Amino acid sequence: MKILKIIAIILLVAFVGIQFIPTERNQSDTVPPTDFMLVHNVPETIQNKLQVSCYDCHSNNTQYPWYNKVQPAAWFLEDHIKEGKAELNFSEWDSLSSRRKKSKLRSIVKQIENGEMPLDSYTLIHKDAILSKDEAEEIIGFITQLKNSL
Amino acid sequence: MSIAGMLLLAISFTNAHAKEKMNHNQSDMKMNHSTMKMDKMNNPTAEAVLADYFTMKDALVGDDSKKAAQAGTKLMASLKAFDMKSYSKEDQKELADIIEDAMEHAEHISESPIDHQREHFKTLSKDITDMVAITGTKNTLYEQFCPMYDKGSAWLSTSKEVRNPYYGSGMLKCGKVQKTIQ
Repeated sequence: MKILKIIAIILLVAFVGIQFIPTERNQSDTVPPTDFMLVHNVPETIQNKLQVSCYDCHSNNTQYPWYNKVQPAAWFLEDHIKEGKAELNFSEWDSLSSRRKKSKLRSIVKQIENGEMPLDSYTLIHKDAILSKDEAEEIIGFITQLKNSL
Repeated sequence: MSIAGMLLLAISFTNAHAKEKMNHNQSDMKMNHSTMKMDKMNNPTAEAVLADYFTMKDALVGDDSKKAAQAGTKLMASLKAFDMKSYSKEDQKELADIIEDAMEHAEHISESPIDHQREHFKTLSKDITDMVAITGTKNTLYEQFCPMYDKGSAWLSTSKEVRNPYYGSGMLKCGKVQKTIQ
């Protein structure tokens, strides 16, 4: 009984303690001219969908959920965003060469086709980020067309 | 377990030896030709990239995801070591772009299951083909094409015979030679 109590206290102290460790915030007030939406003529419905389903992890501006300041959730988010942006950053889209753009567009199509993106762990909480079959097809159609035009 | 470990060690040693030997040969060749105007055909770092690409291609033909992943790691290293000094400014820019793109595909291939490896192998093949168009190569290569995989996909091979890296044993001989690169 005494040991359990000590363990509980240690865990509590640790939980409170890690709340003071700062995390990097991925937020920006401006949309850079290199942003995918500014460079290409993206239909509004697709713009909205990309914003909700992709931009949280694939741009310089994340719409954080309420738990983003609670550790260890914040670490988990930070990690995902870092990894996501390394693979694809819509905010810096136009800094890519046309070869790199085509390569990325192809990967976008494949990831959506295979149901790999948006991530399950993301749509679990962001129900509005789930792509319906029609929405997925619409995005794939647009991206494919864009890729062929580059 | 320990026997397997020893075996692996032995294999990696012989590999390292073979590679060293190859590098020697290549550098010798470069010396012999340096007086001739042939440096375009004769970039050992480009040949090293090709060698790793072909190892990867063969692994995919053999449905061997693990071997393809290892080739991906090796390819990342050989791409990084690519020497582009001898090319024109314009070609250098193009090559840097190709290498950056190929690097990313090699990385994905080094850490993915086989379906995803094959997806990236398609774009990688385009990169390597574009690289060869600039660097040339000492071997005759065959650009082969399978109309079925992902609305048509190409790859490079050192052999005329078609062995399909996108399907492996599923459809080993699907495809045709569409271009000979000399």
